[in-house]
Amino acid sequence: MILHEFISYDILRVIWWGLLGILLIGFALTDGFDMGVGALLPFVAKTDVERRVVINTVGPVWEGNQVWFILGGGAIFAAWPPLYAVSFSGFYLAMFVILAALIVRPVAFKYRSKRDGARWRATWDWALFAGGAVPALLFGVAVGNVLQGVPFELTPDLFARYEGAFYAKFAGLLNPFALLAGVVSFAMLLTHGAAWLSFKADSIVAQRARAIGSVSGLVTIGGYVLAGLWLAIGIEGYAFTSEVAANGPSNPLYSEVVRTDSWLSAYAARPWIALAPVLGLVGMVMTVLGLRAGREGATLLWSKLGIFGAISSVGLMMFPFILPSSIDPRSSLTVWDSSSSHQTLFVMLVATVIFMPLILAYTAWVYKVLWGKVTEADVTDSHSAY
Amino acid sequence: MELDVVELSRLQFAMTAMYHFLFVPLTLGLAVIVAIMETVYVMTDRPIWRQMTKFWGLLFGINFAIGVATGITMEFQFGMNWSYFSHYVGDIFGAPLALEGLMAFFLEATFVGLFFFGWDKLSKVGHLTVTWLVAIGSNFSALWILIANGWMQNPVGAQFNPDTMRMEMTSFFDVMFNEVAQAKFVHTVSAGYVTASVFVLGVSAWYLLKGRHVELARRSITVAASFGLASALSVVVLGDESGYSATHSQRMKLAAMEGMWESEPAPASFTLFGLPDQEARETKYAVHIPYVMGLIGTRSLTTEITGIHELIAQSEERIRSGIVAYDALMTIREDREATTPDVRETFERHGGDLGYAFLLKRYVDDPRAASEEQIVQASNDTLPKVWPLFWAFRLMVALGFSFIAVMAYFFWCSSIRRQTYPRWALWGAVMIIPTPWIAAELGWFVAEYGRQPWTVDGVLPTALSVSHLSVADLLLTLAGFVTFYTVLFIVEIGLMLKYIRKGPFEDVEETEIWTAQHEHRLRTHDGKVPFADTPAE
Ligand code: HDD
Ligand code: HEM
Ligand code: HEM
Repeated sequence: MILHEFISYDILRVIWWGLLGILLIGFALTDGFDMGVGALLPFVAKTDVERRVVINTVGPVWEGNQVWFILGGGAIFAAWPPLYAVSFSGFYLAMFVILAALIVRPVAFKYRSKRDGARWRATWDWALFAGGAVPALLFGVAVGNVLQGVPFELTPDLFARYEGAFYAKFAGLLNPFALLAGVVSFAMLLTHGAAWLSFKADSIVAQRARAIGSVSGLVTIGGYVLAGLWLAIGIEGYAFTSEVAANGPSNPLYSEVVRTDSWLSAYAARPWIALAPVLGLVGMVMTVLGLRAGREGATLLWSKLGIFGAISSVGLMMFPFILPSSIDPRSSLTVWDSSSSHQTLFVMLVATVIFMPLILAYTAWVYKVLWGKVTEADVTDSHSAY
Repeated sequence: MELDVVELSRLQFAMTAMYHFLFVPLTLGLAVIVAIMETVYVMTDRPIWRQMTKFWGLLFGINFAIGVATGITMEFQFGMNWSYFSHYVGDIFGAPLALEGLMAFFLEATFVGLFFFGWDKLSKVGHLTVTWLVAIGSNFSALWILIANGWMQNPVGAQFNPDTMRMEMTSFFDVMFNEVAQAKFVHTVSAGYVTASVFVLGVSAWYLLKGRHVELARRSITVAASFGLASALSVVVLGDESGYSATHSQRMKLAAMEGMWESEPAPASFTLFGLPDQEARETKYAVHIPYVMGLIGTRSLTTEITGIHELIAQSEERIRSGIVAYDALMTIREDREATTPDVRETFERHGGDLGYAFLLKRYVDDPRAASEEQIVQASNDTLPKVWPLFWAFRLMVALGFSFIAVMAYFFWCSSIRRQTYPRWALWGAVMIIPTPWIAAELGWFVAEYGRQPWTVDGVLPTALSVSHLSVADLLLTLAGFVTFYTVLFIVEIGLMLKYIRKGPFEDVEETEIWTAQHEHRLRTHDGKVPFADTPAE
């Protein structure tokens, strides 16, 4: 088959880099509020009925939202196999902790209201809290580590090796900059969850959510700005020194990479990317203002824009790097040398172009069927509520 | 057994996959059964069918939750524990996994929410559509994951690329229409249908024994027995299909399943019983049925089936050829631009055996330096342990035939004997609830253990597929999974039992209004009032 020659390899790679970003953002925008809601649960709802209101605001949709995460895994595997191989095994224990949180979450949603005991329900409430809070925090920690470079090297067979014993590896992930990034992502998703609850939940719950959300929104803004300053002074970036074959084979060892003073030099080279952090900051500020003023739909939209800006600011700044290596810069994975083959990228693009619009259409339809606030009466009168 | 990273990774994968597959078959089958019940409801408008839909739907939901939770582990485990595998074959293997997300998981997960929450928000036909979409979504997911797994058994449509040190896709259509994958799909999905039928049958039988929910139980048995009979027949017929495709793709697995040491001239016989002895390389006390294996394996009475001895000898040849390929690969890698055409040509000729050279990496770093002894050892490694395969396969087959008998019996009772069931048969139906799970797990064991020592048959040995992890890493996560999964299992079974004991939510008022409205239609020809025998609850 030569159909794939219609789109050149380098363009396909850039498209797939963009799609990777869209998937991550799609995940943060949808499953992000489910996680935020989970993390808020013990604090915005005190009685059992209130808690059920909170859970039922996401009850029918969290499962579909979670597929953004699963598809993220599948798409990285299909389009960026070296990234899938290196990052998940490199962040091994952190991945396990995330998995553990994501394993208890579905069960907690489904099982919590299937028995009456107070202890039973309280246990699952904390599982929902952990299922939301832990991944929200660790995703940021992961981004923080990627920005600093991850300690791996590739052998000539392209087998990935890592530095450090296992506990040291995990402890090493929790360094100050990464923790700051973790706080930003945690606070961001918490705010997003609050915006969702303010839109979807009833009186008292929505009020408490707005109160917490306007504080966590401020934390997000502060943390994001601080991380930007830190990047400017404390963290080195990466650059190619050899010529890169954008159409070449996917073997990172074929090019040379060195460390530079800062990632932020990307803003000098491509000034237009400054739009991303600006959008991020405007979105976050408007979210906080909206939560204070009690605006509902608009606030949720602003929160989405804020997340969109914040995540894309990291990706655009690092381009073309995807996963830099701290111990052997040459092994770093980039857009040009860690993708699937030309053929696979093409096939997967065709599939995405067909199915993504369908997915968006039926997801939109489901949200429309479920439109409207969830009230206490909804929860107590219905047999189908959680 | 020494616990190194490879063994531990295998143990962990086997454990988590087999655990995931405790929930998968019930999801696959129950989704369809529930959709059938709701279709009857929409067509006849009888409330009892809606109650059935909701009741079995509730049990479906309890099972589905853990199916999803454990599936998430699977999706990320390839990267975590099998990093070199992910690099080496991700170009082909990742595609079906991503397609599974795009086509199947979004469908089932988006609509499963509406299935539970949409009863009051959708029209009848609207809700029925949602239910069918969930069923179709879960069956699609089986299709794509089995295309991925089928490729590991029979790696078609791909080629090694020396520049990227990995396999790359040459034809997506070959990967998709891989005959092994297609055979696996139909066999595995029918296995799911059988599992759910046995489950519905058993639970309903228990209600009949207790005299509870009689109307629901009788109708459920009718659905389960008819659907189950069709599925049990197709599991066996399509299981034969799996055997057939294994004949040309995985001859070693087939020979091991059969304990067939020497090549058998056509038509081969089927060994009904025997004690395979790995050391002596023979099957003791074998009882043969003539012709049958030839029919299962080749669908003809004239094709020869190759035995283990001959296959090991063939492996040895391929290892030697693989060493030549490896040598050419090293030359190409040292000097990318200036390689002379004849090195490339040597690689083209022997490249198909490169995987066999990798088998030597267990013993030496550089396969070119392997001793004669090591080559012999590595070719012996291509034979998995025979007796577990031999017995697991026979047990699965025996269970397969007994499901046909059970389903046929209940089908007969429900149609010809007008829904009267002897008590011993009902007790029997309750007792056999776990057996389809046993058959399915044994099937996976045969398929996966029989593939050893390869993760991708003939391409990548298991010993090479792992990540750079320490034993401590793996012990920690293994302990974590065991703990989590044990707790989840106990909680799940507890809830299942609770809701089975509690029984369906029956809206008596609604049923009475409906019956009153339709009385003229419901009177049987002898003029009796319908449902007169329904016990009060
Ligand atoms: C033959 C069927 C089959 C097989 C062999 C597997 N699965 Fe599975 N999986 C399903 C059939 C299925 C399903 C029927 O679609 C599930 C099971 C229960 C459920 O709730 O959905 C599911 C759920 C499920 C989910 C959650 C999906 C969601 O959110 O809806 C993921 C991520 C995976 N699986 C991934 C995997 C991987 C990576 C496997 C391979 C190692 C695997 N499954 C084997
Ligand atoms: C859900 C049903 C499945 C079950 C019960 C199952 C069972 C097993 C078992 C028992 C092993 C261990 C074999 C051994 O090491 O001796 C194994 C290994 C493995 N299986 Fe599966 N499997 C399932 C599905 C799959 C699927 C769908 C795939 C791929 C898409 C897959 C890929 C693998 C891999 C990569 C290994 C590890 C390497 C190996 O040991 O061979 N499995 N599986
Ligand atoms: C006469 C009956 C049966 C025959 C001849 C048969 C045959 C087979 C064969 C040959 C395989 C191995 C495929 C491979 O080489 O990879 C297999 C796998 C399997 N079997 Fe069966 N089987 C039978 C009954 C059953 C029953 C009753 C169940 C469960 C209810 C079942 C579930 C499975 C599963 C889940 C697999 C693994 C997936 C696959 O490889 O297709 N089988 N079967």
